[in-house]
Amino acid sequence: MSDWSSSSQLAVRPPRARDSHPLVVTIDKKSRPRAVFSGDQLIEVDLPVGARVVYPRPPLEALKDVDAAIRYALTHPLNSEPLYAKLRPGMKVVIAIDDLSVPLPPMRRPDVRGRVLTVVLGLLADHGVEDVEIVIATGLHRRMRAEEVRYVVGDRIFDAYWPKRLYNHDGEDPDGMKYVGTTDHGEVVELNRSAVEADLLVYVNVNFVPMDGGHKSVGVGLCGYKSLRAHHNPEVMRACHSYMDPAKSALATSAGRMGILVEKTLNVFHIETTINNRMFDRPLEFLHKNEDDWTGGERAAFRGLSFTLSKLPRAARQAIFQRVPAPYGVTGVFAGECEAVHRQTLERCNAQYLVPVEGQADILVCGIPYISPYNVNAFLNPLLVQVMAQGYLFNFYKGQPLVRKGGTMIVFHPCTDDFDNDQHAPYIEFVHDVLPQTRDAVEMHKRFEEKFAKNPAYVEMYRRGHAYHPAHPFFMWYWGEAGRQHVGRVIVVGADNDYIPKLLGWETARTFAEALAMASGGNRGPEIAMLHVPPIVMAQVTA
Amino acid sequence: MPASFFDVDGTLVRTNLLHPTVFYLANQPNPLRGLGSLVRAAAGAPRMALAEMVDRRRFNELLFATYEGISRDRLLILADEAFDTVVKRALYPGARDLVQRCRANGHEVVLVSGALDFLMERLAKHVGATACIANRLEIKDGYATGKLVRPIVAGPEKARLIREWAKSHGHDLADCFAYSDSYSDVPMLSVVGHPCAVNPDLRLGKLARTYAWPVIHLGRRPVLTGLLERIP
Repeated sequence: MSDWSSSSQLAVRPPRARDSHPLVVTIDKKSRPRAVFSGDQLIEVDLPVGARVVYPRPPLEALKDVDAAIRYALTHPLNSEPLYAKLRPGMKVVIAIDDLSVPLPPMRRPDVRGRVLTVVLGLLADHGVEDVEIVIATGLHRRMRAEEVRYVVGDRIFDAYWPKRLYNHDGEDPDGMKYVGTTDHGEVVELNRSAVEADLLVYVNVNFVPMDGGHKSVGVGLCGYKSLRAHHNPEVMRACHSYMDPAKSALATSAGRMGILVEKTLNVFHIETTINNRMFDRPLEFLHKNEDDWTGGERAAFRGLSFTLSKLPRAARQAIFQRVPAPYGVTGVFAGECEAVHRQTLERCNAQYLVPVEGQADILVCGIPYISPYNVNAFLNPLLVQVMAQGYLFNFYKGQPLVRKGGTMIVFHPCTDDFDNDQHAPYIEFVHDVLPQTRDAVEMHKRFEEKFAKNPAYVEMYRRGHAYHPAHPFFMWYWGEAGRQHVGRVIVVGADNDYIPKLLGWETARTFAEALAMASGGNRGPEIAMLHVPPIVMAQVTA
Repeated sequence: MPASFFDVDGTLVRTNLLHPTVFYLANQPNPLRGLGSLVRAAAGAPRMALAEMVDRRRFNELLFATYEGISRDRLLILADEAFDTVVKRALYPGARDLVQRCRANGHEVVLVSGALDFLMERLAKHVGATACIANRLEIKDGYATGKLVRPIVAGPEKARLIREWAKSHGHDLADCFAYSDSYSDVPMLSVVGHPCAVNPDLRLGKLARTYAWPVIHLGRRPVLTGLLERIP
């Protein structure tokens, strides 16, 4: 156990009878320390007696025959005619696929997108449709590299289509975007021209979390800055409760309005897929379990892994985690009209992730892992650490936030001041130039966002390099806005510097015990809850 | 309003100062004289290479000395052809887009190059730049003397010229952008608020990585350079 993770001297409320769900474990005197990610290190954290730990559900059973499920979904679509009935020889079909921001880590081959594409392309060929393009719906994310595309779509499709008929979306191509319309709320919908002008647009999604998919697929994946700024702004982000609950997310509402316009204007056929949360393969599968249930072998494996990681240089640790894909199983394939499909998808997603929790906590404890949707094959830079804490982990709830209004988040991460120069070039200027001037999302939105978004050098890096769009770091800050507005303070344990946490508006503690003492402030024993991620778990919190 | 300052050779076009020089020397009215000039230029190549390593300005002086004796009329008559044959063809894909994007953002775009003014004026017009700061050959009695009119546009002098240009045109350098491929242009990149390395040589690539300057590859990026840049 790391010496900075001890908390034995703190008094905490005794366990409560209402935490009766088997996946909500109340720490008692016999409980072992919990295994937590701190970036690409694994540490042990000794939680006080009475703290609750919310564990992820076991992986849902995967479909036995995924290809058959895909074919079935295409021929038995929801609220739509079958895909084959929409096809005619000589028509132009554009297929858009989700980019590598989902799932995390990338799934073991064959990726479900490649499997869907194989079936769809076969169907198109059978019906004499030859004019086919595949667009990777990157939105304002970075372009995928050739080898990453190959990994996702498979060798056969890659060799046949890349790069002329299989390519990354470019939201800044002046000739490649087309105005679709404006919603009654003034949201401008401008999308990839090929997709808009196609006779049929097929969207292939991997619904990793409930905020993915639905109207967001086409409306975000194929849009540019003009459209994205309609909902990726401080005002909308603050009105999300949470991102993972589309019914209570202003972001989903805005994307929905834009999506309805898209569906009215374009002929879109949606294919959504869901996966289970089997993130870790056999040697690391125990990370999914309650530490009290680990076998002797699993405890030894954890200690070995933890020790090895602590001795390896960062590059090696990164390589270990980044190169090990996850053995996700496909749990559902749904096709047809957008909203009908997405209802089914959400149901399956929620069945995998939601765990009922009674009552909020004063302190939310989370480890921050090495990966986010925005740093596949790159380092998790400080701005993304913020996104993971106040954006994703805070938002892994439905109903009420797991932490009370004004409560404290204690997170574990080194917060190293390092960036990937190729992928995150605009992030560096954002963190080291904008954040020292203001942390106020509204102010930075007004003063800096547009200047960044139009910076020709950064735009060029987005268009022809592999960088995120220059507006993206702003979106990442806004992404944390709902969490920032709700949480009173964030204390980071294990930071290797004070500067970055200070820029983020966070406090630092050398040990977990110190963080707990800071958070409790000498008051009565605080209620503590830990989200045991990864794999993903979302708390369905009731009063 | 910001301004964007672009180095040209290696940044927007894949040619360097040698290419148009060879074109001019090879296209003299008297072929024998042209051949002689080429041979003399080839013989001076080692000196030029040495000068390039030590001082960019000295390299320019040695290179443009080969223009001695060429008439102004000849220089201008051949300018369109030299531009079309040598410069325009060598424009990197995306170079024009980048300049156009700067213009669309309201930037004044200034080409800052050690190449000759009459070629740079044509390039500026072609890519949509608003001005150029370039070297000028000294002309006496209608013929090039082989000397350059001072100041010579190269190395640290580019930084001074940019400062002066920005001041006289009312630009705040903190808002301005500069683009170059070469380590010799670090002074020029350093005086603006938004420096950017374009197709950088190894030393500039490393420097850009260290200072987190944006790096753009308008041409094909050599794999080896990409790897070497990452070595501290």
